[in-house]
Amino acid sequence: MNSYWAMSGYAAYVWPSVGLTLALLAANVWWARQLSREAKAEARRRIATQEAS
Amino acid sequence: MNWVWFHRFGSPPYFYSVAGRIVPWLAWPATLLIIAGLYGGLVLAPPDYQQSDAARIMYVHVPAAYVGLMAYVVMAMAAAIGLVWRLKVSHAVAAACAPIGASFTAVCLVTGMLWGQPMWGTWWAWDPRLVSMLVLLFFFLGYLALRGAIDDTSRADRASAVLAVVGVVNVPIVHFSVIWWNSLHQGPSLLRKGGPAMPASMWVPLVLMIFGFTFYFYAVMLMRARAEVMRRERGGQWVRELLNTTGDKP
Repeated sequence: MNSYWAMSGYAAYVWPSVGLTLALLAANVWWARQLSREAKAEARRRIATQEAS
Repeated sequence: MNWVWFHRFGSPPYFYSVAGRIVPWLAWPATLLIIAGLYGGLVLAPPDYQQSDAARIMYVHVPAAYVGLMAYVVMAMAAAIGLVWRLKVSHAVAAACAPIGASFTAVCLVTGMLWGQPMWGTWWAWDPRLVSMLVLLFFFLGYLALRGAIDDTSRADRASAVLAVVGVVNVPIVHFSVIWWNSLHQGPSLLRKGGPAMPASMWVPLVLMIFGFTFYFYAVMLMRARAEVMRRERGGQWVRELLNTTGDKP
């Protein structure tokens, strides 16, 4: 098992590449969800101010 | 041929609802394909006969590059459609592509450096493929900077769309750079005359990853485009009805 993670000596290059890519996938999903939450919150604020006036 | 179905996508509420229903159908295949591709590429595939296990960087580097280029082409097409037919939804799609494309292009460049250092003996070289990919990143960043610099949304749409369309000339340059010029970067090894330059145990996981990343891109792009459409239409009647009646989660 240790020899697998060692990647025949290239572990320092292979695993950061994989880790960075997984972080990229997670970050893009989080970012898109965040935008959606912000857009809805902004629309709700606008509706609330319209109804108040 | 009846094109009415296509025109309906120009309607923000229709786009918002249909895109929302499509996203899970893209996200699930993406998740399964990426898990299968990573397992196949990092565990099952044999080490390369020259590069040994360092060649496994291919399974993240190539799909990232693919998404970077695809995001640019989709962005430029959406921008062109937005310019010609003045479709706001189309501009929202173009705007959604740029940050995703920029992040994938940046990761492609960094994973390429992590691959270049042990194999070429250098992190970076002023090589046609590397430089054209860097130019792709600058087009994405330029597009985003231009959008950010113009407050009026419809003016920002039109100005950034022109930049997106002009920059599309760089896409074939990226692709053919390894053929036209003497490049340090290797040539195409998947889609080439005579079939893939590797056994199925190596190219099948790569193809799974490319398809998985493609589904992933469209899922995240539609999520962003929906948010962008909602942001632009926040004063609209359909947004009010949607948020009031469905209790759509925040």
